[in-house]
Amino acid sequence: MITFMNNSDSEEEPCNERTSLMSAESPPVPSYQDGLQASEAGEAQAHRKRRAGSSRGPNNVTGGETSGSGVPVRESALENEEEELTLKYGAKHVIMLFVPVTLCMIVVVATIKSVRFYTEKNGQLIYTPFSEDTPSVGQRLLNSVLNTIVMISVIIVMTVFLVLLYKYRCYKFIHGWLILSSLMLLFLFTYIYLGEVLKTYNVAMDYPTLFIVIWNFGAVGMICIHWKGPLQLQQAYLIMISALMALVFIKYLPEWSAWVILGAISIYDLMAVLCPKGPLRMLVETAQERNEPIFPALIYSSAMMWTVGMAKPDTAARGPSQQTWDAAENGREHLRSPSHAESQMSETRSPVPTRPVTSLEELDEEERGVKLGLGDFIFYSVLVGKAAATASGDWNTTLACFVAILIGLCLTLLLLAVFKKALPALPISITFGLIFYFSTDNLVRPFMDTLASHQLYI
Amino acid sequence: MGAAVFWGCAAIAFGPAAALVLLTVAAEPLRVIVLVAGAFFWLLSLLAASLLWFVSVQLSGREDAALLLLGAAAAVLLQELSRFACFKMLKKADEGLATLSEDGQSPISLRQMAYVSGLSFGIISGVFSITNILADSAGPGTVGIHGDSPYYFITSAFLTMALVLLHTFWGIIFFDACERRRAGGLGLVVGSHLLTSGLTFLNPWYEATVGPILILTLCTGLWAFGTAGGSFRNVLKCLSCKQQPEGQVMLCSALQVPPEE
Repeated sequence: MITFMNNSDSEEEPCNERTSLMSAESPPVPSYQDGLQASEAGEAQAHRKRRAGSSRGPNNVTGGETSGSGVPVRESALENEEEELTLKYGAKHVIMLFVPVTLCMIVVVATIKSVRFYTEKNGQLIYTPFSEDTPSVGQRLLNSVLNTIVMISVIIVMTVFLVLLYKYRCYKFIHGWLILSSLMLLFLFTYIYLGEVLKTYNVAMDYPTLFIVIWNFGAVGMICIHWKGPLQLQQAYLIMISALMALVFIKYLPEWSAWVILGAISIYDLMAVLCPKGPLRMLVETAQERNEPIFPALIYSSAMMWTVGMAKPDTAARGPSQQTWDAAENGREHLRSPSHAESQMSETRSPVPTRPVTSLEELDEEERGVKLGLGDFIFYSVLVGKAAATASGDWNTTLACFVAILIGLCLTLLLLAVFKKALPALPISITFGLIFYFSTDNLVRPFMDTLASHQLYI
Repeated sequence: MGAAVFWGCAAIAFGPAAALVLLTVAAEPLRVIVLVAGAFFWLLSLLAASLLWFVSVQLSGREDAALLLLGAAAAVLLQELSRFACFKMLKKADEGLATLSEDGQSPISLRQMAYVSGLSFGIISGVFSITNILADSAGPGTVGIHGDSPYYFITSAFLTMALVLLHTFWGIIFFDACERRRAGGLGLVVGSHLLTSGLTFLNPWYEATVGPILILTLCTGLWAFGTAGGSFRNVLKCLSCKQQPEGQVMLCSALQVPPEE
């Protein structure tokens, strides 16, 4: 899911730059949420963290109605202004998402191309019990479809479980679950990754050094993600754990199953976010009713959000906008992957409530950020990593998938700005990615290879 | 072979493109988006061309030079078609951005979009042409061991550099010609693209390919410079770093409110 944080800020914010992403008229939107995929609560236990996110953010629900505590004229003025500001920063937010997604993909592709461990077949996870080592094509296809069904069912069960936990306010359980998952990622998977990288480059490292390195990395990571930390460090850690998770998927998902699962999860994402009875939609709505952030989420945020404590004169006037913003804020916290304890958003946003912010003008552009669920990162990286691993040693396929995913992300943000309601972040990108993967691998590669062998340029 | 060849050829092929991107595109979000969108359009055209070639090879049952020639020509024409589609989309986006902005002017002009989309076509085309070759150059091997030319890598790098720059120039010229509805410009762009691609068929006779293509790049560059509004006088003025005339100061003082009321 992609969420877009938009402070309903002061009216007099100096607008020096107008960039907008869309060409059509934009309906007024006070808040702006993207669908986040609710991560399937999935794998708390094992090594699988799956994220299924449905992006969502029923902002029109929160924006218009809930904040309507009275000043309708002011409300519409605020809405217009928020709309302008949303559009104004549209292009910037796209870039704020391009950069981390690109970084994550670069880390995954670099690892896949250099460390052979992640392309070796070494068993499968229990979530994909059917083997693909079958003699016939039909049997293999059937097994991969069955694997997908098992995986998606696990995801659905976990998500529903998560929603129930949230509905019945078992916050401690959820927190514990998330902390356990991130512990595993930050320590165990990092240890394995470091070991394999050292093996690849034939570098010796003694155990005390290893212990110190892993301990520091993991401890700082836990603090940054679950508590407070410098924003960029936190972003770096989130990118790294997404990459680690994606690498695990790339290693342990069998080939055909991986592609079918990618397709199925986009469809699931679409349905879970847009259908009225979808678990993710229910999760978001519950969170909005309670006016609180969903729960520590695996969400990448590109900027610090201040839950503004307007202890100043303008507070009364800011009332409706504040409400709008808060409600929208809550709606935006969509958990992408409950198994990962990513409470970074809520934690780092624990602002200073009584901070004497005199006016909203002080909030500058950097504080409008965008949030994207980590599950989206993971599945984008899985697609590109699989392309790098299995596409006959070809770089063109990887690059084509990369461009496809970026364009999908761009289009999703554009649609978001147009529709102003929660939208899933996976379907468009994954669809483009899959189309480009298969067509580049089968059609473009022979063409380009033939051209290159004769040194022809088109 | 090895790292030296890899880095050298990569720098030759993508040096100008990297400099252009870092200096002109990277700082502006809208331009980065146009860059990625342009790459997408080029990829679509390549997909269509590959499909065409693949189908024709399957139908004819054999793979020969004539089919490759046809495939390359189709690729060129489809690329120009996708450049036109890109133009249409960017024009629409430009109008939309203009209506949305405060002062009725879009934050990015059509000319800038022409340049960025041309650059994006060039980069993605260059990347697709040379990345596999670069990857191979980093590893062990002997170039031309079966009697082919040993200059494969370096000439590939120069040709890629020329192609990147050519696409940038073609983008500028093409958009300008479409904007002013001049078929001559369009025809010349398509013609020179076909000429460039056709010249590469003369490889490995590098005297006839690398030299002429680089000269063609220079000429197209000058033409694009002229199209974009540049001229010899502009260059002189830029190089001479003249001071601003004093008149502007006078203008400001004229805006002051008169003291008596």
